[in-house]
Amino acid sequence: MRATRIIMAMPVVVEIVGGTEADLNTVFDYFTAVDERFSVYKPHSEISKINRGELHLKDASKEMQEVFVLSEKTREESDGYFSITKPDGTIDPSGLVKGWAIQNAAQLIEHMGYHDYYVEVAGDIQTKGVDEVGQPWSIGIRNPFNRNEIVKVLYPKGKGVATSGTAIRGQHIYNPHDLAQTFDDVVSLTVVGPNIYEADRFATAAFAMGRGGVTFIEQLPAFDGYSIDSKGIATMTSGFEALTTL
Amino acid sequence: MKRFALSVLVFVASGAYVVYQYMGGSFASAAIPAPTVVAVQTTQPVATTPATTVTTQPSTPTQTTTPTSTQTPTPTQVPTPTPTPVVTPTPAPVVKPKGLYTDGTYTGSTADAYYGTVQVQVVIQNGKIVTVNFLQYPSDRRTSQYINAQAMPQLKSEAIAAQSANVSGVSGASDTSAAFIQSLGDALTQAKNA
Repeated sequence: MRATRIIMAMPVVVEIVGGTEADLNTVFDYFTAVDERFSVYKPHSEISKINRGELHLKDASKEMQEVFVLSEKTREESDGYFSITKPDGTIDPSGLVKGWAIQNAAQLIEHMGYHDYYVEVAGDIQTKGVDEVGQPWSIGIRNPFNRNEIVKVLYPKGKGVATSGTAIRGQHIYNPHDLAQTFDDVVSLTVVGPNIYEADRFATAAFAMGRGGVTFIEQLPAFDGYSIDSKGIATMTSGFEALTTL
Repeated sequence: MKRFALSVLVFVASGAYVVYQYMGGSFASAAIPAPTVVAVQTTQPVATTPATTVTTQPSTPTQTTTPTSTQTPTPTQVPTPTPTPVVTPTPAPVVKPKGLYTDGTYTGSTADAYYGTVQVQVVIQNGKIVTVNFLQYPSDRRTSQYINAQAMPQLKSEAIAAQSANVSGVSGASDTSAAFIQSLGDALTQAKNA
C-alpha cells in the first residue's frame, strides 16, 4: 500500500508491501513529528525555541541533541562545508534532518515487521526488498533539463539514493579571476550509498564540489554516483553500472 | 594554497573515515575499489549529438600521503570570492508578466539550499524585471579547483538520453532552485507591494 502526503513542505511517499493504512499513518505521523520539532518555520517548534534562546540544548529532546551531534560531526568532516548555522547566526538543521528522518522511518517500518518498503522525501529514497508484485524497486534519475523524463534506471538493492542539484547553474557561473574560463557545471549529482542518511549527506557535500564531486564519490568505498553537467554529459563512478542491472 | 590543499585533503580523508566508521571498519585493508578501466562504449542509445567523452587520465591518482591531521587548518580565507553572477532576464516562470511591479531594487530573503544560502536581488524597470543578481550563492570553487587538478580516476562518461521505463520512484533535485524561487518570490512580493 502506497500513499503520498505533503509534510515539511515536501512530498513524502511511503509504500509498505503488506502494510495497512494504519501502518502508513504511523510513518507519516513520524515525519509530522519531525517537522513539528525541527521546522524553523514553526514558531512553536523546538528548534525555534532554541533559536529564540528559550530552550537550552542540554534541556532539549534527545532527538534534537542527536541531530546537533550529527550536524557537528558532518561539519567537521566537510571542512566546514556543511553547516547548520546560517549567516545570521540562527540554526537550521533541515539539510541533515531530511536524510536522517527517512532513515529513521525505514527503521520504524522494519520494527513493524516489514521488509519490503519504499520511503521517499522529495526525491531522496530508501527502499528495501521488493515491490508489491515481487519485483526489485527501481529508481529513475530525473533529467535535470526536463522534469518529466528520466535518463537512467537503477536498482538500489537496499541502498539509499539521493540527488543534489539545481536548475540555475551553468552559464551563470564564472570564475572572477578568469572570465574566459567557463565551467561545464554539474547540474545534478545522484549518490547511491549504504543508506539514505549517508547518501544524502554525501550527495550534498559532493555536489558542492562541482565537477570534482563524482571523483570524491569514486574514492568513497560503498558509494557510487552519477553526475550530469550543463551540457548533458553524465559522468559515473566505476561501480555505478552494476546498479543499473538486476 | 598549500593550506587550502591540506584542508581539502583532510576533508577527503575524514569523509573516507566516516564511511570507514559506518562500515564498522570492515574495509580495513585495501579500501578504495580499484576503478575499473572502462571501454568508451555506452550501453544505451546515445543521443546522436554530443561527443561522449571519457576522462581517462592514465596517471594513477597520486595516492596522497595519509594526512597527519589533528592540526585542522580551518581555512577562513576562501580562495574564490563568492561570485555574484548576473543573470540576464530569462527568469523562472514564477514571474507573472503583469507589469504590476513597482520600479526599484528589491532584495529577497535568504533561502536555505542545504549546502549554503541563496539570496537574490531583483531590479524592476518599467514594471518589468530587468536583472536578477545573486547576492549569495553557495560557493563551491575551492574544493573543485583542487580536485580537478588531481589525476582523475577512471570515470566513464556518456551523453544522457531519455529512458522509457516504469520505475518505482524518481530521484531528482530541486533544492537550490526551490531556494531560488523562494528568495525571488520574496523580492517580487516586495516589488508588488511597494
